[in-house]
Amino acid sequence: MAMEASVIEQMIKEAFPDAKVLIEDLRGDGDHYSALVVSEAFKGKSRVQQHQMVYGALQGKMGGELHALALQTTTPENAPDWAKA
Amino acid sequence: MSNPVFERIKQDITENDVVLYMKGTPMFPQCGFSAAVVQVLTDHGVKFKGIDILVDPSLRDGIKQFSNWPTLPQLYVKSEFVGGCDIVREMAANGELKALLADKGVATA
Repeated sequence: MAMEASVIEQMIKEAFPDAKVLIEDLRGDGDHYSALVVSEAFKGKSRVQQHQMVYGALQGKMGGELHALALQTTTPENAPDWAKA
Repeated sequence: MSNPVFERIKQDITENDVVLYMKGTPMFPQCGFSAAVVQVLTDHGVKFKGIDILVDPSLRDGIKQFSNWPTLPQLYVKSEFVGGCDIVREMAANGELKALLADKGVATA
């Protein structure tokens, strides 16, 4: 079982319309991705809460179809330059 | 009707300062992410209880519901869910884990 990066990105953007998302396929197997998600919605939230929000956006796929997602979340102020454009 | 698995989890995370729900054991981790967190804890010189969810399917699902976190490993310090592999590694890298352990009065070597 695997997931397309574009599907992951789309699901995240549906839940976070303002989000900037960078997804990398770590092993080319559709099962191990890293994702950086930048959104205003994370403001004031702990890191655990931020990640739980993203897992919620993935509607239960995390840990099932999607075996591994190395996740990083941040708000626009703390985002890397590419996400500020 | 209380959930027996939740009761067991509560007992484990109350009786032990640092608990790592993982795949495999600290000596023989069965997953790269679990091994990574074991390494972080070892580097911090923290005594911790490793609980292998592979030997107990009800625990494997129960812990995910308990913390509302879909993956393993899961680290608990003084009964508080700290995070999975990503968060623990990020905290270790920026010194937050060391600060948290000190703040919670957890002995480190």
